[in-house]
Amino acid sequence: MADGHPDLNGIWQAFVTANFDIQDHEAQPGPHPEIMGAYGAELPGQSIVEGGDIPYQPWALAKKKENFAKRMTVDVSSDKTWHASGDPELKCYMPGVPRATYMPLPFQIVQGSSPYILVAYAFTSATRTIRMNWKGDAPTDAWMGWSRGRWEGETLVVDVTGQREETWLDRAGDFHSDKFHVVERYTPASPYHLLYEATIEDPKVYTRQWKMSFPLYRRVEKNLQLLEFKCVPFTEELLYGKFRKPNGDVK
Amino acid sequence: MNDRTSALLAFLAFVTALVLVPQPIGGQTTSGTRQTTGGTKSAGARATAKKTAPVQRTPWGDPDLQGVWNDATSTPLQRPGDLAGKDVLNDEEAAEFQEQTAHGLTRDRRDGGRDADVNRAYNEHWMDARRLKITADHRTSLIVDPPDGRIPSLVPLSPERQKARAARADANARFNAGMPNTFHDMSLPVRCIIRTDSPPYLPTIYNNDFHIFQSPGYVAIAPEMIHSARIIPLDGRPHLRGDLQQWLGDTRGHFDGPTLVVETTNFRADDGVVFQGANPATYRITERFTRVDADTLNYEFTIEDPMTWTRPWTARIPWTKIDPGEQMYEYACHEDNFDIVHFLTGARAREKRGETVGPRPAGAAAAGER
Repeated sequence: MADGHPDLNGIWQAFVTANFDIQDHEAQPGPHPEIMGAYGAELPGQSIVEGGDIPYQPWALAKKKENFAKRMTVDVSSDKTWHASGDPELKCYMPGVPRATYMPLPFQIVQGSSPYILVAYAFTSATRTIRMNWKGDAPTDAWMGWSRGRWEGETLVVDVTGQREETWLDRAGDFHSDKFHVVERYTPASPYHLLYEATIEDPKVYTRQWKMSFPLYRRVEKNLQLLEFKCVPFTEELLYGKFRKPNGDVK
Repeated sequence: MNDRTSALLAFLAFVTALVLVPQPIGGQTTSGTRQTTGGTKSAGARATAKKTAPVQRTPWGDPDLQGVWNDATSTPLQRPGDLAGKDVLNDEEAAEFQEQTAHGLTRDRRDGGRDADVNRAYNEHWMDARRLKITADHRTSLIVDPPDGRIPSLVPLSPERQKARAARADANARFNAGMPNTFHDMSLPVRCIIRTDSPPYLPTIYNNDFHIFQSPGYVAIAPEMIHSARIIPLDGRPHLRGDLQQWLGDTRGHFDGPTLVVETTNFRADDGVVFQGANPATYRITERFTRVDADTLNYEFTIEDPMTWTRPWTARIPWTKIDPGEQMYEYACHEDNFDIVHFLTGARAREKRGETVGPRPAGAAAAGER
């Protein structure tokens, strides 16, 4: 770029299966194999976590297992327990960071000459703004958090705080608390690759800081563009269907 | 954001559409002679005369539109009937128009009876204060063409579309009565599928900011009202094929001198996706973004749909750059859309008590839709 920093513009995608599970995972039948067959199966993959395992505190490991057991249990009948169970992805919530990065859909970086970099994700049209060299803390928690960037040599370092505690890291129930702190590093590895690293800490949930990494690939197809994946309509029956008037739907 | 805040914002979503309805302006004289923006003494011409700054450009040579802009104004989309024939006001008239529109919109009032009072429970604290100001050029409508400042009349609708509109109006009536049968009775904004992130960008009661990003070959617009971004390729590529449709359509742009010209097609056929129930297959919207000085951008859009309106129509809305210290924050919607459940469970409880929805008032339009 004219400012001397690397140009990260482009459409990027991770080709890992970490959205199923950021740790090692075997192929699984997935939910409801009796109707979904191989369509619903979950793909195998190796851990993107450095050292393989997330260093959970004992209570948190139990909570992760409970999350997994209840990942498709959704009950929005009470405001107070609205977010109590169910994978946020299942409910089409904005995925938070770093999960947004390894959803099985591309995202686009728009980097110009202003102090702001846009990251737009295909999944539920989520976006976030990276504020470069920004001093102010997150004004409130948000689903995609509060991203402040800086350059360290060729690396874009993004400090992400202020994320809503309800987001998960994958479909396996991996989670965090309101003390979640993510530092991302985007380093050009070739004209077609970025190395993505995320250092994660959360003193309420993990015993120590830990790190994940994987490459991001540039999507090079001619005229490729982000297409909408607005998933809200795909969740309404799951979330609100039981509140309908019997036979009251004209659609 | 706490639960109460989220619930309030969700409720505000329901009333958003109402502000797009032109406000009646009482007591305004219509005796003034007609002025045009080309008239040497018109306010519009005075506003234009200041716009002599050279085009600001990005390092790669495109006109520079980057920044956070706000489109709020009290000037109505359509010219009020009592200002017919008067497109621009002189200073004295504008001061009166300013006062009247602000009075009509402000929620920090206690007159008008119980229902009005309840409707103003979400007071000015929740609203964008910029929406109480008329445009600097003293126009009486955002619509600049047709010359009467009004949306053109409708062409006769096919029986199928009349039926669809009636069904939508019935659904809106159930929702407005607090008796929705299902989530399908609620509009797309209430369901958090699309909101005012879909063009045309029109001022509303809150969340009137737009963050424009640029990179070589792209302009991206992130509206404050929901979290999407419209990423606009400038490389002249063809539109998506017609059978690939999206909620926000498919957008292509190019610079015509200082102006970003944006054309959007390929809208989904769902009811409510395009402006005021137009026909998505024949609907076309062209938007023009022109930076006129450091702090002002003119946003102009032209809509045409021969299946809906008798002629194309164009509106122009000034966008003002907001103070850099005032940041645009994430707007979530679906994630805490508590009220969708409140409405449905409330309706089921009222049904158990034997309540029903009365017949829809004759001629009721699809209020609640864009």
